[in-house]
Amino acid sequence: MEAKTLFDKIWDAHIVKQVEDGPNVLYIDRHFIHEVTSPVAFLGLKNRRLKVFRPEKTTGTPDHNVPTINQHLPIVDELSHNQVETLKKNCAEQGITHHDLGTESYGVVHIIGPELGLTQPGMTIVCGDSHTSTHGAFGTIAFGIGTSEVEMVLASQCIMQSKPKKMRITVNGILNKGVTAKDVALYIISKISTSGGTGHFIEYTGTVISNLSMEGRMTLCNLSIESGARGGMIAPDDITFNYLKNREFAPKGKDWDNALKAWKELKSDACAVFDTEYVFDAADIEPMISYGTNPGMCIGINKKIPDSKGLEGNDKATYIKALKYMGYNENEPMIGKIVDYVFVGSCTNGRIEDFRAFAEYVKGKKKAPNVIAWLVPGSQKVENQIREEGLVQILEAAGFELRQPGCSACLAMNDDKIPEGKYCVSTSNRNFEGRQGPGARTLLASPLTAAAAAITGHITDPREIFI
Amino acid sequence: MAYNKFTTITSSAVPLSIENVDTDQIIPARFLKAVERKGFGDNLFRDWRYSNEGTIKADFPLNNSKYSGKILVAGKNFGSGSSREHAAWAIYDYGFSQVVSSFFADIFKGNALNNGLLPVVVHANFLQKIFNAIENDPKAKFKVDLAKQLFTISSTGESAEFEINQYKKHCLQNGLDDIDYLVEIKDEIVEFEKTTMINC
Repeated sequence: MEAKTLFDKIWDAHIVKQVEDGPNVLYIDRHFIHEVTSPVAFLGLKNRRLKVFRPEKTTGTPDHNVPTINQHLPIVDELSHNQVETLKKNCAEQGITHHDLGTESYGVVHIIGPELGLTQPGMTIVCGDSHTSTHGAFGTIAFGIGTSEVEMVLASQCIMQSKPKKMRITVNGILNKGVTAKDVALYIISKISTSGGTGHFIEYTGTVISNLSMEGRMTLCNLSIESGARGGMIAPDDITFNYLKNREFAPKGKDWDNALKAWKELKSDACAVFDTEYVFDAADIEPMISYGTNPGMCIGINKKIPDSKGLEGNDKATYIKALKYMGYNENEPMIGKIVDYVFVGSCTNGRIEDFRAFAEYVKGKKKAPNVIAWLVPGSQKVENQIREEGLVQILEAAGFELRQPGCSACLAMNDDKIPEGKYCVSTSNRNFEGRQGPGARTLLASPLTAAAAAITGHITDPREIFI
Repeated sequence: MAYNKFTTITSSAVPLSIENVDTDQIIPARFLKAVERKGFGDNLFRDWRYSNEGTIKADFPLNNSKYSGKILVAGKNFGSGSSREHAAWAIYDYGFSQVVSSFFADIFKGNALNNGLLPVVVHANFLQKIFNAIENDPKAKFKVDLAKQLFTISSTGESAEFEINQYKKHCLQNGLDDIDYLVEIKDEIVEFEKTTMINC
C-alpha cells in the first residue's frame, strides 16, 4: 500500500466526491462561525431559501468586534452591536449552538474550540477566519475559508477544494531558555517567507514539537497561515489526549476508548513523501521580534535590521516602504527601541500558558510608566483561570490590569486601537500596516518578550533575567 | 446566479507595483462591520487612498486619473493574510474584474474565483512587461481571453498563457457557483455520512 502522510489520511477519508477536472468535495466535521464573516453567508442561504444542513456541526461565537471592558453593557458601536446581534439571531433561527458574550464558555473562536473539546484529532475543521489553522495542533486538517465557503458548509456540510501539496517542517534539538513556540513560528516564517508555504499544508515534527505543550502547539499551528500555508498540523500524542480527556464535548467512557484507539493511528507513514521539506535546529532560534510590515520580517532580538543591499526593483521598493512605515532604518539594532503599547492576547497567544509566562516575568517588578498595556485573555475560561491561579494579583501589583476576552487589538475592530505612529509589542499574529489601528506600528513577539518590553519601556531581550 | 458571466475583456489597467499586498490593505478590518454585501468598493485600499483625516493621497495609483480600467496589476504574493472575502468583494465592487500578479495567496485566490473575479497568474518577467507597458502608456490595452486562457499586451502583441482549474473556468464562463453544485449532490453527501465513520 502506498505510504501516506497524516494529511493524506485525513483528507482522503473526507472526500465525498472528486469533480472531473476539478476540486474535491470535502466533508467538514466541525464548522466554527463568528460575527464578521458569517452574516452574508446566512443571507445567501436565505436568498436561496435553504436551511442549515447540519446545524449540530456548526458552533458560533462573537469575538472580533466585542469590547474588552464593561462587557455586561450593550455594545456602543452601532455596527459592531448589529453584527454581534445578527450572529445571535442567525444561530437561534437555524438551531446552531452560540456561545454568547458573558457566558462561561465564551471566547475567541480558536481558543474555545479546543477548550470545549470540540476540536478532536482526525477531523476536518473550517471557519471563516485564516487562523483556523490553530486547530491543526490536535492532528486535524483545519483551515480558514471565505464567506462563500461558509455558505457552502452551512448549505451542505461540504466545501470544494483542490488538495494542496504537503510540506514537512522538522525542528530538532532543545529550545534555549526564553525561547517559546511563538519564537519558533516567527523563526520559521522569517526563513521561508510569507509565501513559502503557499499551496501547501504543513506537518510539524521533531523533538521541539513533541516537547511543546498543547498551548505551544496551538501557537505554532496558528501562525502557519502567516507563511502562506493553508494550515499546519501536528500528529496527536499523549499530550494531545491528556489535554482532551474530560473536556465538555470530548467523547466519554467507551466512546473515549474507541476514539483513542483511532487517534493513536493518526500519523504519517515512515516512508511517506512530502513535496517540500525543511529542517531547523532549535539551537539557532533566539527570541524573535518583527521590524517590518509582514510576519516574515522578523529577526533574532539581538540582531540588526537587515539592509536592502541585494534587493532590486519592486522587492527593494517594498522593503524601503515597510521600514519607512515603521520609522526604522537599515542596520539599526532592535534592542533599546522605544515601546508605547504592549498587547498580550489573541488566538495566537491568549491562552493560560501565555499569561503564566507574562506574570512570571513581571512578578515583583513594575510596569514602565511610558507603556500602556492591554492584557486580554482569549476566553472566559482563561480569564477565570488567571484569577484562580492568583496571577491577577501578581499582574496588578506590577501595575497591569486584566481586560475581558475577545480579539481586541489584534485587528482593532473594537475600541482597542493603537494610535497612529505608536509602537506596540504585540503577541498577536500580524504586523501589517494599520492592522492594530490606522498608522499603528506593530512589533510581533512572544509573551515573554512583551513582558520584558512592558517592564523596561523599550525592546529588551527577555533572557536578561536568566543571566 | 452570483455574478456576471465572464467573457473576453480588453481594457487598460491600474498598476500597483507593491509586493505582499495583504487583505488588511485591500480592506482594513474596521470596514468589515456590514451584515450585507454592499459598498465595500468605497473602502478598497482605504488607508492607501486616503489619509486618516480623509484627504485623498494623490500619489496612490487608484487616485491617479491617468490610470483606469477593469484590470488590477499587482506585485507578487497578492492577497496574503486574512481570509476575509470582503477583499475580493471590494476589488470587484470597485470595478475590477481581474487581478494580475505573479503569485497569489491561496485563500484570496479561492475567494476571487468564487466571486467572478479572475486571478491571472503570469511569470514574474511577463508581469514586469505589463508594468513597463503601463509606464510607457497609461492607457495601454490588455486582452484577457478566458476561453483560450491567454493574457495579451495589445501594444506589443506579446501574450502569456495562464492556468485555471477547468471546473472553475466553466463556473466563471457560466456565472455558476459551488453552492448550486453542492445542493444538487445532497443525496451523495447523505450517503457519504451513512457509510463513513464521521466524528461527532
